[in-house]
Amino acid sequence: MSIIEVKDLKYRYPDTTKLALDGISFSVEQGEFIGLIGRNTAGKSTLCYALSGLVPHFFKGAYGGSVEIAGLNVRTTDVSEVTAAAGLVFENPFSQITGSRFTVYEEIAFGLENMGLPRDEMIKRIEEALDLLDIRKVKDKNPFDLSGGQMQRVAIAGVVAMKPKVLILDEPTSQLDPQGSEEVFKVVENLTKEGITIIMAEQKMEKIAQYADRVLLLDDAKLIAYDTPEAVFSRDDLASLGVQPPAVTAIARHLGKRKATGHYPVDLEELKMLLAEEGAAHG
Amino acid sequence: MGKLEIEKLHFAYDKATPVIKGIDLELDNRKTAIIGQNGSGKTTFVKLLKGLLRPDSGRILLDGADLATMTVAQIAKQIGLVFQNPDDQIFKSTVLDEVMVGPLNIGQTLDEARASSRAALAQVQLADVEQVNPYDLNLAQRKMVALASILAMDTPIVIFDEPTMGQDAAGKAIIKKVIEDLQAEGKAVLCILHDMDFAAAVFERIIVFSQGQLLLEGDAREVFKQKELLQQAYLDQPQAMKIAHALGIPGDLLTVEEVDSALARPSQ
Repeated sequence: MSIIEVKDLKYRYPDTTKLALDGISFSVEQGEFIGLIGRNTAGKSTLCYALSGLVPHFFKGAYGGSVEIAGLNVRTTDVSEVTAAAGLVFENPFSQITGSRFTVYEEIAFGLENMGLPRDEMIKRIEEALDLLDIRKVKDKNPFDLSGGQMQRVAIAGVVAMKPKVLILDEPTSQLDPQGSEEVFKVVENLTKEGITIIMAEQKMEKIAQYADRVLLLDDAKLIAYDTPEAVFSRDDLASLGVQPPAVTAIARHLGKRKATGHYPVDLEELKMLLAEEGAAHG
Repeated sequence: MGKLEIEKLHFAYDKATPVIKGIDLELDNRKTAIIGQNGSGKTTFVKLLKGLLRPDSGRILLDGADLATMTVAQIAKQIGLVFQNPDDQIFKSTVLDEVMVGPLNIGQTLDEARASSRAALAQVQLADVEQVNPYDLNLAQRKMVALASILAMDTPIVIFDEPTMGQDAAGKAIIKKVIEDLQAEGKAVLCILHDMDFAAAVFERIIVFSQGQLLLEGDAREVFKQKELLQQAYLDQPQAMKIAHALGIPGDLLTVEEVDSALARPSQ
């Protein structure tokens, strides 16, 4: 059974006339890293909310179709059970970190205390999260004294410690410097090895091409494509969908350098190989 | 008009942790971007330039006059600052009213403010939502409203704090055009950025901040080829330059377009 099953999902926010999600269907296997892309009004955040239960439990509105996370129907299951299965990380780490705690360690404990876990189990989970997100060396620091990348990793650690099966991240690197962004992608990829399934909305196409197993492209509330990064970034209609492909793919397209699959490469090494082959053929 | 000189600038929110540690800099008419890791002092620096914070020591000269001797209202006519978070500056109930606040504050008449605000909204492609409540727009659109409200004030210096954050390809194209138009009008443009590709494609001069100091500054090509220094400052090279270097193309290329035309040229 797939970890996420979305069937003909339709959703409209209260007091609006237009569907924010229109007939979305897809499934995700456990441990996959799915990149969610599309222009700003495409519906990416709304889909994140629908997967994490904020839609329809917090945002009411009109709802059709179904979302199942680990066998739980998001609409009919109690919201606390849904959020235990599907954790959501917001764009801005400042809005996720509670500010009520003085150390990273206590910050990570916050969600666990709310779950009412026994002390031994809390300590075990915090220790695991410190290692998984590579923030052990800052565990005694104040979260607000950290760099943006570290702070976002603390925010993710707080969610990961609650052991969700699915982790949903809505543009988690948009406020981070380049190395901070890279740190977040690396630790998130690492989580897939623990069997955690990742859904990440992002504007950084280079990183999505590098880290995602599959890319889900939305436009105007509809699912346009759900395929490998290569296949999606090779589409001829990408510009009209508001998506700029990675620089490598754009250059390969201009040069007409396709792989044997018929797709343009998304990876620099592959582009180098294609150019070397051409050089050899001409030489 | 619109010239900023910064001399030995120091600032700390609390004395134990200085944020700006001795910055000397002269800003000119080149489109200028400041890059640097989170917490390197970029936002604090532009708040000092705008007079929202007062330096602990050192001084800022605006067209030769010490900023410390000017009122916030006087500075407001010279320097426009678009905040990183639009919700720090949005409070009216329609987009048009919101954009008109700044122009009215610096003494434009109602008619002037309406005209300049409509022109600014057209520039950021939000003309069709002028009667909408800003909070019914998404974050990327609210950022454009905040940007328009500064454009409408028509200041000789315009400073942007992270304008591309959360913008998609279309939004970035609009911002690029706005910045180029401002320069064509003879205005000084200063922009804080985390997006190295955008910085390389749009800006002539790049200033690198690291831990409250100036690590590096110069023409975009010269700065972005300093791979080790950039990594030391938690930054990165633009994608196009990395690709060009990997493919052995000379010339420290900055954009996909430059790489394209280099590859299209017959080799030797």
